[in-house]
Amino acid sequence: MASCTICLPALMMLVLDLNTVESVWPLPQKLAISEERYPLSPTHFNFYYGEDQASIMKDCSLLDSAFTRYFPLIFPDLTSGLETFSQLVQQEEDGTYFINKTEIEDFPSFQYRGILLDTSRHFLPLKAILNTLDAMAYSKFNVFHWHIVDDPSFPYQSRTFPDLSSKGAYHPMSHIYTQSDVRRVLTHARLRGIRVIPEFDSPGHTQSWGKGQPNLLTPCYKGSSPSGTFGPINPASALSYIFMSQFLKEVTSVFPDPYFHLGGDEVNFSCWQSNPDVRAFMQKMGFGKDYTKLESFYMENIVNITSNLNKTSIVWQDVFDYHERIPKDTILHIWKGLPAQYKAETSRMTKAGHRVLLGAPWYINHIAYGQDWRISYNVQPLNFSGTEEQKKLVIGGEVSMWGEYVDATNLSPRLWPRACAAAERLWSDESQTRSAEAAFPRLQAFRCSLLRRGVRAEPLSPGHCSDEYRGI
Amino acid sequence: MCDSHSGVILISHWNVIMLAGLNFATLLLSVAVCQGSQYKDINSETVSVDQGSTYGSLWPLPQQVSLSEVSFKLSSSSFRVVDAEGSSAGPSCNILQNAYRRYYEYLFGNARKTGHFKRKAARSELSELQVSITSGDSDCDGYPGATSDESYELTVDQPYAILKAPKVWGALRGLETFSQLVYEDEYGAKSINSSKIVDFPRFQHRGILLDTSRHFLPIKVILANLEAMAMNKFNVFHWHIVDDPSFPYLSRTFPQLSQMGAYHPYTHVYTPGDVKMIIEFARLRGIRVVPEFDTPGHTQSWGKGQKDLLTPCYSGSTPSGTFGPVNPILNTTYDFMNLLFKEISEVFPDAYVHLGGDEVDFNCWKSNPDITKFMEQHSFGDDYSKLESFYIQKLLDIVTSTQKGYMIWQEVFDNGVKLKPDTLIHVWKGNQQQYQNEMAKITLSGYKTFLSTPWYLNRISYGQDWTSLYRADPHNFTGTDDQKKLVIGGEACMWGEYVDSTNLMPRMWPRASAVGERLWSAKDVTDVNDAYSRLSKHRCRMVERGIQAQSLFSSFCRHEYKGI
Repeated sequence: MASCTICLPALMMLVLDLNTVESVWPLPQKLAISEERYPLSPTHFNFYYGEDQASIMKDCSLLDSAFTRYFPLIFPDLTSGLETFSQLVQQEEDGTYFINKTEIEDFPSFQYRGILLDTSRHFLPLKAILNTLDAMAYSKFNVFHWHIVDDPSFPYQSRTFPDLSSKGAYHPMSHIYTQSDVRRVLTHARLRGIRVIPEFDSPGHTQSWGKGQPNLLTPCYKGSSPSGTFGPINPASALSYIFMSQFLKEVTSVFPDPYFHLGGDEVNFSCWQSNPDVRAFMQKMGFGKDYTKLESFYMENIVNITSNLNKTSIVWQDVFDYHERIPKDTILHIWKGLPAQYKAETSRMTKAGHRVLLGAPWYINHIAYGQDWRISYNVQPLNFSGTEEQKKLVIGGEVSMWGEYVDATNLSPRLWPRACAAAERLWSDESQTRSAEAAFPRLQAFRCSLLRRGVRAEPLSPGHCSDEYRGI
Repeated sequence: MCDSHSGVILISHWNVIMLAGLNFATLLLSVAVCQGSQYKDINSETVSVDQGSTYGSLWPLPQQVSLSEVSFKLSSSSFRVVDAEGSSAGPSCNILQNAYRRYYEYLFGNARKTGHFKRKAARSELSELQVSITSGDSDCDGYPGATSDESYELTVDQPYAILKAPKVWGALRGLETFSQLVYEDEYGAKSINSSKIVDFPRFQHRGILLDTSRHFLPIKVILANLEAMAMNKFNVFHWHIVDDPSFPYLSRTFPQLSQMGAYHPYTHVYTPGDVKMIIEFARLRGIRVVPEFDTPGHTQSWGKGQKDLLTPCYSGSTPSGTFGPVNPILNTTYDFMNLLFKEISEVFPDAYVHLGGDEVDFNCWKSNPDITKFMEQHSFGDDYSKLESFYIQKLLDIVTSTQKGYMIWQEVFDNGVKLKPDTLIHVWKGNQQQYQNEMAKITLSGYKTFLSTPWYLNRISYGQDWTSLYRADPHNFTGTDDQKKLVIGGEACMWGEYVDSTNLMPRMWPRASAVGERLWSAKDVTDVNDAYSRLSKHRCRMVERGIQAQSLFSSFCRHEYKGI
């Protein structure tokens, strides 16, 4: 796999025969298209491994499969470099294909360009996830953040704890991801140069976990007796940590990516406060009445378990906000606040030496009437007060599609092409892509090519595409 | 506080590109405020718990329902829908025969392959639904109209369930209701409870507007939407077929209109065959097709194929090269309209056409010296609404001569154009106070009216906006009972600036369902929690039937949407 990743930049530097191309998205870092035009014929066109590049191995399965995938995309109609190539090929009125003489040198501005899908609030059939991965590749996204479980349901079928999904999924048979489903997602993503980072959010957002794992969640009390409801994972019980180590051992081996998202957001303390055992534990630990210390205690344990499993942890900003004693290599994910607030947060985090992931400006489950992609486009991830060193700690950003109102019926049109705005912000050179107005026609053309490729991408304004979406 | 941005900013249904800029300020604010909570809902009114409804999954709720605890099984191998003895409709009645098959498929689509169709029904089974058309003329071969009778009575008991309706239109509504009474147990077996339903619509006009000019909608989507309309007992498809951006209607009399004015002359047009197919598909579901050919404004695309139709705008003393509304001072304009509307009256069987008449921009007329002269000759002074009236009145005469009634947007009434007493006035502007005043004013003048203002479904916002759609009521204005009687219903509008086949269905459904219940069910059916429970199930039923209806909130359907 390592050798395969090396061959991508090489391909991106191919000098290609090409016309005026308007649908390249995100904008490559250096793009020079000449007037000179070369014809392309499906019968003579071929992909070759360059011979002067020692690092490129023949028979790279990842590239071979990308070649076969992009050939039909180029001719009806190539991982990232191939994608750009395919976007340069155009069709004449008479049906012949051509490409202008073009030189492109390209690389991403940010190494982490993610999309979050939430499969707990609504179950997303595998097909919807795979289709999203296809569209992500077209926009050069490279991380699929799989917010796989949460309060409403637990669709991940665990080998070690099968009860989690058999009792915690919306339906134990039809609304789960089996191990082979997960492998299929991983393979599909890998072939497109996309990492899959799972999130198993705790200690809050775990209502569905409790159904299949008794004694995991904190029993809430009403006065001196249990009320029958449950709160976050019980941080005062050793059993919780035993379970979490076993469970994390499994999932960190199922998902190969070196990063692992641990959540840690929005922990409600009222249930903990009501529980006498938790209160006793607080006293024993000398936390006083400060439940953020209890939360820190839990998160520290979980982060340590995770790092012993050789994974780098990602946590939501709450974990940083409540306590400072988190390992330096933990990545912090910002999701809250107005621009002024998330900028200040970015400053504080990077000043503390943490790597940062920006999610706050790109909650695109929040919909509004009109061209709201422009707001996403105008985000400036590095526009916060800090040194050059601090800026380098912003590893990228993520588009979130939370699932309260989203399932397979409306996921694609809500995501595309709105997510493309963030894709360009995270890939392209900001100085060349400041104007949403200038990007607009290119994005419209790109949206039409998404349609042609079978992605149900919604329109940006009145108009038409030569190939409209014909499904439904 | 976050739902402040859902407080409807109603400008026009069109000029959204300009509006987009304006919107950003508001939008930035609201998004930012709402970002405070990752998961919590930002809409002040969120119904998230299904407390169950005694009315199961019925939507829209029938006028009178009594359900018993006694249940019968339905089996795909023995159950059938048949004509009752003495029904005035027989095997040659296409509308019913097609509907019987359609509802059988909806009920047993998944289980069809099991067994042969002869087993005798077991004792606890319901074996037949007998459908009886009680009026001498069943309307089998007709089109649904403005006064069609959609009432029906449904009795589910052993050995037969009986559906009685004066006309086929009521039978269609009753079949839908019957199918909604059927539920599935854990093992996929179908059951129905003994029940008695008496039902009729509260409002006669229950419409949905689609805009096929700003984006072309492939026929398949239009048909899917008609299917979903039938599931929600809508009965009017208001086809806003042409507008400024494109002219997809292929006219036999003026083929150059779509040849030059459509987005593409072949792939983005509706041929006479397409139109026929849509009308027949709608007829089979008891849905009227009312076309809108909006003039004199909103006609930029007309000008491409029809020279001299639009007003040349002037910059100083020379034509600027741009064009304005239809030119009201030329005889050729009226000759053209005469021929076009003659064709339209033949192509569309409905007794009404929608003539638009909204948002006429006077600037171009003002710039044109010929028009200035014309204004002088007719002593219109500087009042260009008089010129508009002049045009509209001539147009109304033309349409009247084709034996059609007409609907018009409210401005035509507001501008004091002389109207026939049976004109239907379509209210779309303003905030709640304003549209309620408008309804009062229109009905006080004795005109019939129908409402769209609160139901612009193209305007989206985060969260459960169906509840505010659900709360709007066309009768909520100050007026006498006689005035209220002049309100014939309402229409949900899906303007096309940001909508095409990729997102139409999930944006429409189940939000339009909220409007569907308001227009069909009794006025006092207003319990949002009960509605949430029924609507959640109803949306899963639509999904199971292949309709891309989006979810109301975190939840699941036994059969999720299978496409992508």
